[in-house]
Amino acid sequence: MKEYLYFPGCSLEKIALSYHLSALETTQKLGIKLKELEDWNCCGATAYFHVDELLAYTLSARNLAMAEKEGSVVVAPCSACYKNMYFTNVHLREDPDLAEHINEALQEDNLTYSGNVAVKHLIEVFSNDIGPEEIKSRVIYPLSGLRVAAYYGCQILRPKKDHEDVEQPQFFEDLLSAIGATPVDFPLKLTCCGGSLLISSRPAAYSMIYNLLYSAQRAQADVIATACPLCQVNLECYQQQVNQEFGTHFSIPVVYFTQLIGLSMGIPPKKLGFGKEFLSPKKAIDAIKNIQSQEEVITQ
Amino acid sequence: MTEKIGVYVCHCGTNIAGIVDVEGVAKWAAEKLQHRGVVIARDYKFMCSSLGQELIEKDIKELGLTRVVVAACSPHLHERTFRNACKNAGLNPYLCELVSIREQVSWVHTDKAVATEKSKAIVSGGVERVIWDEPLEPLRVPINPATLVVGGGIAGIQAALEIADAGYHVYMVEREPSIGGHMAQFDKTFPTLDCSACILTPKMVDVGNHKNITLLTWAEVTNVDGYVGNFQATIHQKPRYVNTDLCTGCGICQEKCPKKVIDDVFEAGLGKRKAIYTPFPQAVPNFPVLDKANCTYFLRGTCKACEKFCPTGAIDFTQQDEYIQVDVGQIILATGYDLFDVRRMPQYGYGRLANVFTSLEFERLSNASGPTGGKMVLRDAVTTPTSVAIVHCVGSRDKNYNSYCSSICCMQSLKFAHLVHERTGAEVYNCYIDIRTPAKGYEEFYQRLLEEGTHFIRGKVAEVTNAARVPEEEGKLIVQVEDTLIGKQRRIPVDMVILSAGLEPRHDAKDVARLFGISCSADGWYIERHPKLDPVATMTEGVYIAGVVQGPKDIPASVAQGAAAAARALGKIQQKEVAMEPIRATINQDKCSGCRICNNLCPFNAILFHEDKMVSEVNPALCQGCGTCVAACPAGAISGTVFSNEQILAQLEGLLLLNVKQLEPEPVPS
Repeated sequence: MKEYLYFPGCSLEKIALSYHLSALETTQKLGIKLKELEDWNCCGATAYFHVDELLAYTLSARNLAMAEKEGSVVVAPCSACYKNMYFTNVHLREDPDLAEHINEALQEDNLTYSGNVAVKHLIEVFSNDIGPEEIKSRVIYPLSGLRVAAYYGCQILRPKKDHEDVEQPQFFEDLLSAIGATPVDFPLKLTCCGGSLLISSRPAAYSMIYNLLYSAQRAQADVIATACPLCQVNLECYQQQVNQEFGTHFSIPVVYFTQLIGLSMGIPPKKLGFGKEFLSPKKAIDAIKNIQSQEEVITQ
Repeated sequence: MTEKIGVYVCHCGTNIAGIVDVEGVAKWAAEKLQHRGVVIARDYKFMCSSLGQELIEKDIKELGLTRVVVAACSPHLHERTFRNACKNAGLNPYLCELVSIREQVSWVHTDKAVATEKSKAIVSGGVERVIWDEPLEPLRVPINPATLVVGGGIAGIQAALEIADAGYHVYMVEREPSIGGHMAQFDKTFPTLDCSACILTPKMVDVGNHKNITLLTWAEVTNVDGYVGNFQATIHQKPRYVNTDLCTGCGICQEKCPKKVIDDVFEAGLGKRKAIYTPFPQAVPNFPVLDKANCTYFLRGTCKACEKFCPTGAIDFTQQDEYIQVDVGQIILATGYDLFDVRRMPQYGYGRLANVFTSLEFERLSNASGPTGGKMVLRDAVTTPTSVAIVHCVGSRDKNYNSYCSSICCMQSLKFAHLVHERTGAEVYNCYIDIRTPAKGYEEFYQRLLEEGTHFIRGKVAEVTNAARVPEEEGKLIVQVEDTLIGKQRRIPVDMVILSAGLEPRHDAKDVARLFGISCSADGWYIERHPKLDPVATMTEGVYIAGVVQGPKDIPASVAQGAAAAARALGKIQQKEVAMEPIRATINQDKCSGCRICNNLCPFNAILFHEDKMVSEVNPALCQGCGTCVAACPAGAISGTVFSNEQILAQLEGLLLLNVKQLEPEPVPS
């Protein structure tokens, strides 16, 4: 069984518990063990890097240093965690001066980091390491007919990291196709969900969420699939406020890609964290004949 | 010391004298380098002037100088000048060294004392070097007056006609079934809006009919041997499956062929052709080509409709590849460009959003003989757009793709804007970074467009999307662009988007460059001998470049370069023979181990391998004296004339002032 170090990040403890559960369940089913990093701390989130860059790097580097003791790859399911750890890693490798400063701070904790950890997003594990072909072969209940908007969000791809196609990626859609779902043409798939703008400027954030929901609705998506807790919260939990603000009637469930993959592989919905959402995907998913025949349908 | 050396230090006005104490250097050389044979050292305001040259000539005659060192500008500029001066005075020109104290000293230093010391070192190095120089005689080779022109676009056509009209033979090789190049695909030409075909086809016909031109289309050069004056080219004639001696170009075969194929080349994918086809009605030569990959007979073994209906029995399914050898004296490369693949910028939606067009597609769309008969319609082939956005600089001026300016896109976009406005009355939005209209009549054309009411938005387009946000945007393409003149983000809903794609070197430009022994710039354009003063020659004698292959340019500039390349070739033909620099590598056959490392490294294919003796040998007529093999030879068996190891080590000693220092005892530390 292949093993990766797993950095869940703060969101997955509570608000994105369903992401956490479904990530562990699906990877296990696919022969991958996610070993949670011991004593991990906050990645620095969106704000800290703008308050004190050096301290934020140190915070993030502590996780990398601990990961280095235990393995070579650390996986983050949250796009913000991923981005922070990815770039901390890059900067520490490329800037010996910064690395020296940070290692001095890490010494306090008897830690040191020498740049030997690779940081991956959870979706990369699915699309690159496992691959859609392998996933396809494990599908028991194809999600045939389920129209899904593959929502990448921004931070998986931007700022540009290695060599991926940052303008029109297809890997998310490929995963959805592998489990039998129909990825819809969702042109705003890379557009920001507003991130933490909800805290500082609600009207601005609402209009960003509105654009995404409008585009998904226009594409006749049954659900939006996401790979980031913040995207999920913004798109799902604020739909009512957006409806009030714009006089719309959006009601589009927003689920994690791991939940959909789990369903297709026959993992009971409860184990995938279904039932915790504001807008239940039950109707959309029940509409699929294959899932109905499943012994345990989504229960609430 | 038997040599008598003269040293001449140039002021170059204030170019050198402003930073270097030139008089001091001359005086120092006369005194300190006397023991190395320097008998006279002078400084002069402009050594390259006729008075400066006379100074050298006079000293050679009166003082009996046997070697000359000039400290001035780069040898690229005036080496020939001073060698000629020596020759005029009866001294072998290869006994003269030009050392650079301008590019290497005065232009790069600000400290006068340091610059003067460095100049002394460089002069000393030159003196040591010149001692090792040997008298050489340039090789003289006769020139074959025939010329090979590769590429039948407008630049190649112009070059071929100039040479053929002057009475010399031209072999023109074109990869496609017809000559004409990109220009044949265009509708109008800017800024005069002449019909492109109308001005091009007479020239194409001239090429086709010219008694001095052998036209080889559907053919490619596969090998080149030889050297200036005496090249041997191998040309691969792909089978046409049509006997051109019998074919009358009546077109019945095309009419009867049942197989339709999308024409990705000439019609840019917008139109169809048959499996046997001439790309366009005015094609030269007017013989069709049978596309084997799509022919029903070749695929399934039956059909032969073309053969059945051909009135002259010209169809020949048994034709094979042919390799034709031609001997030519010189070569002109005019192989043109490829359009930037706009799929590389998926943010502009080409291939995903139906009504996003490339510039070449739009040329075909607006061309009266194009697939829509000149109707500017959307991809559905019916709807006329009411609003059109033209995106400039697609793939150009962008460090993610090509950082250079493609030079023609501004004017091409303005032309499109005019044609759309004139023929459809649609609103036209030009989204540009800068408008560049530097040539004759271009700015006037831009002014005309401004007056016609075309919208100009200064900003690089971020994205073309179909993600409507408001009902007015539904069903439209939305162009997201920052209007930098008003400082606002704009979303412009339009029916059609035209991507003004940049120009790129041909996909196989590097292979072709290697084939002809010339080099490409980092961007992939072929490098001219001098960017200002020798724009159509290359570093390989007898090989010239013309048109876009040298860098992005418009039709007038391509024609000018075609003519210029022809003039250069004609100049050489008139001389009847060519003098070649005697700077060559030679292989000491006793030392050569036959490892053949040098064989593949030589960029000019000048090294032969003798299988019988297991040693390599340099063909002196091919060698350009680049020195690559000299440096690479593990046995040290190769030596370069004027660049021998002894000579370079001597020059280094001179540069380090070793023999000057030897005369001056080390100062005793106090």
